[in-house]
Amino acid sequence: MSPEAAIAAALLAPLAGALAIGLLHRRPNLRETATIAAAAVTFLAAYRVFEAVEAGQRPELPLFDLVPGLALHFVVEPLGMLFALVASFLWIITSFYSIGYMRGHREDNQTRFYVCFAIAISAALGVAMAGNMLTLFIAYEVLTLSTYPLVTHHRSPESMRAGRTYLGILLATSIGLQLVAILWTWAAAGTLEFTPGGVLAGKVEGVQLAVLLFLYMYGIGKAALMPLHRWLPAAMVAPTPVSALLHAVAVVKAGVFTVLKVTVYIFGIDHLRETGASDWLMYAAGFTIVAASVVALTKDNLKARLAYSTVSQLAYVVLGAALATSWGVIGGAMHIAMHAFGKITLFFCAGAIMVASHKTEISDMVGLGRRMPLTFAAFAVGALSVTGLPPFGGAWSKWYLGLGAADAAEIAFIAVLMASSLLNVAYLLPVAARAFVPEDPVDDAPAARSVDARRPTVREAPMFCVVPLCLTALGCLLLFFAADDIAAFLAPIVER
Amino acid sequence: MIAHLPALQVVITLIAAPACILVRGRDFAVALTASWAAFAVSCLLLDRVLAEGVISYELGGWAAPLGIEYRVDSLNAFVLLIVTGIASVVLPYTRSSLPLEMMREKTYLFYCAFLLCLTGLLGVAITGDAFNLFVFLEISSLSSYILISLGPHRRALTAAYQYLVVGTIAATFIVIGIGLLYGATGSLNMDDIAARLPATGYDRTVIAAFAFLTVGAAVKLALFPLHFWLPKAYSYAPSSVSAFLAATATKVAVYVLIRFLFTVFGIEFSFETLPTAAPLMLLALLAMFVASTVAIFQDSVKRILAYSSVAQIGYMVLGISMVSAPGLTASILHLFNHALMKGALFLVVGCIAFRQSSFRIDDLAGIGRRMPWTMAAFVVAGLSLIGIPLTAGFISKWYLILAAFAHGAWWLAVLIVASSLLTVIYVWRVVEVAYFRSPTSGSVAAEPGEAPASLLVPTWVLAGLNVYFGLDTTLPVGIAQHAARALVGAVP
Amino acid sequence: MGFFGLYNYWIVVFLMMVGLYIVVEHGNLIKKLVGLTIFQAAVFVLYISLGKVRGGTAPIIVEGVEVYSNPLPHVLILTAIVVGIATTALGLALVVRIREAFGTIEEDEIEDQDGPVI
Repeated sequence: MSPEAAIAAALLAPLAGALAIGLLHRRPNLRETATIAAAAVTFLAAYRVFEAVEAGQRPELPLFDLVPGLALHFVVEPLGMLFALVASFLWIITSFYSIGYMRGHREDNQTRFYVCFAIAISAALGVAMAGNMLTLFIAYEVLTLSTYPLVTHHRSPESMRAGRTYLGILLATSIGLQLVAILWTWAAAGTLEFTPGGVLAGKVEGVQLAVLLFLYMYGIGKAALMPLHRWLPAAMVAPTPVSALLHAVAVVKAGVFTVLKVTVYIFGIDHLRETGASDWLMYAAGFTIVAASVVALTKDNLKARLAYSTVSQLAYVVLGAALATSWGVIGGAMHIAMHAFGKITLFFCAGAIMVASHKTEISDMVGLGRRMPLTFAAFAVGALSVTGLPPFGGAWSKWYLGLGAADAAEIAFIAVLMASSLLNVAYLLPVAARAFVPEDPVDDAPAARSVDARRPTVREAPMFCVVPLCLTALGCLLLFFAADDIAAFLAPIVER
Repeated sequence: MIAHLPALQVVITLIAAPACILVRGRDFAVALTASWAAFAVSCLLLDRVLAEGVISYELGGWAAPLGIEYRVDSLNAFVLLIVTGIASVVLPYTRSSLPLEMMREKTYLFYCAFLLCLTGLLGVAITGDAFNLFVFLEISSLSSYILISLGPHRRALTAAYQYLVVGTIAATFIVIGIGLLYGATGSLNMDDIAARLPATGYDRTVIAAFAFLTVGAAVKLALFPLHFWLPKAYSYAPSSVSAFLAATATKVAVYVLIRFLFTVFGIEFSFETLPTAAPLMLLALLAMFVASTVAIFQDSVKRILAYSSVAQIGYMVLGISMVSAPGLTASILHLFNHALMKGALFLVVGCIAFRQSSFRIDDLAGIGRRMPWTMAAFVVAGLSLIGIPLTAGFISKWYLILAAFAHGAWWLAVLIVASSLLTVIYVWRVVEVAYFRSPTSGSVAAEPGEAPASLLVPTWVLAGLNVYFGLDTTLPVGIAQHAARALVGAVP
Repeated sequence: MGFFGLYNYWIVVFLMMVGLYIVVEHGNLIKKLVGLTIFQAAVFVLYISLGKVRGGTAPIIVEGVEVYSNPLPHVLILTAIVVGIATTALGLALVVRIREAFGTIEEDEIEDQDGPVI
């Protein structure tokens, strides 16, 4: 299969899968087989593209002109390739996990769930492989709309409210700011193609450049830069596989991926650094990193805490872009992959706990670790990786981001990274640690025992839940040793 | 035959209208054949105009400027295509919707009025003679009053009456303007008037004519704040009529405004001698914001859509007020795209009417599950209305914002997107109720089940076109750019 | 051609204002139509005035007559009168139906009868 055909296959396989899932809605087993088959084909196709990209090619799939002079087309370069690989690989694992979770939890409307999920993956791959800003924008909007039914899956008043916040913020920012920024770029530069070195040098300068960057950065609501982060915690009402793959990987990473793509290929990091237009963004990102971590500390609901942790971690990537140095961009890009594996592990664990014990609050999970050792061990691994401790993948991306900050002579931001790591330790590790302490607090032992007596059979979640989360935890470990290869693969995006 | 296409465009439906009454039993077949034939003619006309340039046709062989000239350029060929296209989609739909909302007997009278309205709109668009334009305008207006008054609620009568009074005043303003122009130039042929106007020195007669014509057209196209007749008329009219009129009548009025401002009076007089652009822009912006905000607070889907029409007309007038080729391109493009989206939305309302008599938002609770295809069409057309990528509405917004940048007014771009966000709110209000709220026990008794295919197919044709023209934009964008350049380039 | 030299145009303006005033002011639907008709009639007078050529006679070709009035506005206004009649007829028909449906032809009484929403 040629790389060009592989791009088409990677984009179409999820859509074909969605169709098959819709047609097989009366036969759940076949339907799930279709999901997994589509996921496998998507990953294989993405891998085929990867081989070509690694060999130095830039495969391109032109579609047609949407408006005269402005084509829809797909071009794959290392940054997008990394994102596409991560998203498509984790889709396979999530598919298995969804089966365990959705059945274990007896969710309704499972067919709609799988259909929308597949469409969302296709859109995420569209974002990853877009050849110009317009294509990216369209895929970005499809991603927003296709995930809306997933967020509001339960159709309760609560999920309706959450859906409103979700759609409201994401659509308002993308139409209200991002579209304006895109049109401004088109009017000023006459092109929206992703071009190494950017397209704006000599076209937009000075304060205007900073304003344009502002429109882009806050227009990309999916990057969840504070104060536009509210949609992400709201989206947690969705079933956990959605939170895991979409709101820890595909959707949010599509946001920060777009941030990187825009800074590298539209603005050009040299142009940004020379004009200092991105200085304000460093502070915005730094603030989000610390503030979101502090908010996470106060959350007792596990998914809400993880959501705020995601907000904080996303800002790392934005910081990498704002530093506008080679190391910063590589660190940011690498963080997309590293954080993806870490955070999806944490969400898988949260879902497994919910399926097995129906517990959502952290304070209720004391002592659960004995009953669900694998789940909580995986949780600890994920937490350590997100915190950035070796020997897990997250250590490297923080290392590169730190190098980037040093390179840009922004020592303050090294301090921000350190402080945030400490906060991560404070809000993530206790969840795992307390789960393993004996569950007989001295003060109200009888009450605890009686709760125990009523539900003595908390065990590990179904295999379909546990195996995936162990795999992603293993992934966190393996990525630690693959960091050099990833850095080498990403290097071309900052070469000039 | 080919040479007489411009005359055929009007004559086919004009003859078919009384024929409907004569052949009573087969009135629907006659109406359908006539409107499809008119659509075919408009396609041929557009094809010829694009290939050969402006077509001039002398009616009855009397030479212009004394005789009546039909003059087809890319702009009005496009308008003809929109009008006949929408009529051809809406007519099949009426066969099932007519017995529901209007009449079970004497349907031939409805088809007669419908075809007359179509004739009038086509005549307004095609003619090159100012007085002829007035006559056709009144033909279309009178028959549209009849169509509106057929609505299921008795308020349709008062809505039609109010529209009659306002519409007649507007038409009379237009005829006064034409009379004054005739007094000043001694000609009724629009091109001839344009050629003779500079010699008049643009005295007060011409200025008065300009004022009367602009205001008259502004009422007809429901420019804020002269829009007050429209929400009532569209919300009480039968849904198929609302779909037809919302998609065509106001569009033709916008065409009239463009024609007079740009072709007859010329850019120099309309926008440089007189300060027309700024007030038009202000009113357009007010329409976009005020009407959208009012739409958010409406209780009935039909009224939401009606106020939304007023807001959308704001976009078209905004494009005009930029007085540039990009601005006009956006206007003309939105003329086309808005016809598609608003047509589809009103047809959806008609589908709902098949199952329940109320259009109040509260009574739509849970309808998304009862009528999945109907509401899916609503979502598609609603997304187009908002301007989500891959729909026709996005293309309109794209060109409009681009025109704002070309105009050097980035704040206009910001206002345009801000008003789109208001659209999100009122569209989503309906979507939420339809999909998330369960029907309350006290709500209107609604039969379960989907609307029949005879209603769904036309609805989905329009909804599907919203997606198609969001992807393949060559045709509308090409024509709109061609027409805009001709309008701006015609007068230096 | 002083102030009074154009007296027919003053009449046009006066009639126009009277017609518009009646339309706006009166709540009786029939009276509104009367106002509308007066308003339209003013325009007929305007057109006919336009056609007047000083010293001209009726536009019939006769030996020895050089100056004719312009017949075109007259013909135009014939059409406009027909349109006006159609409008009035339709308006009256609507009023009849309104009276059947509401039992009154006073605007404010109709307004009181049922709420603003469908």
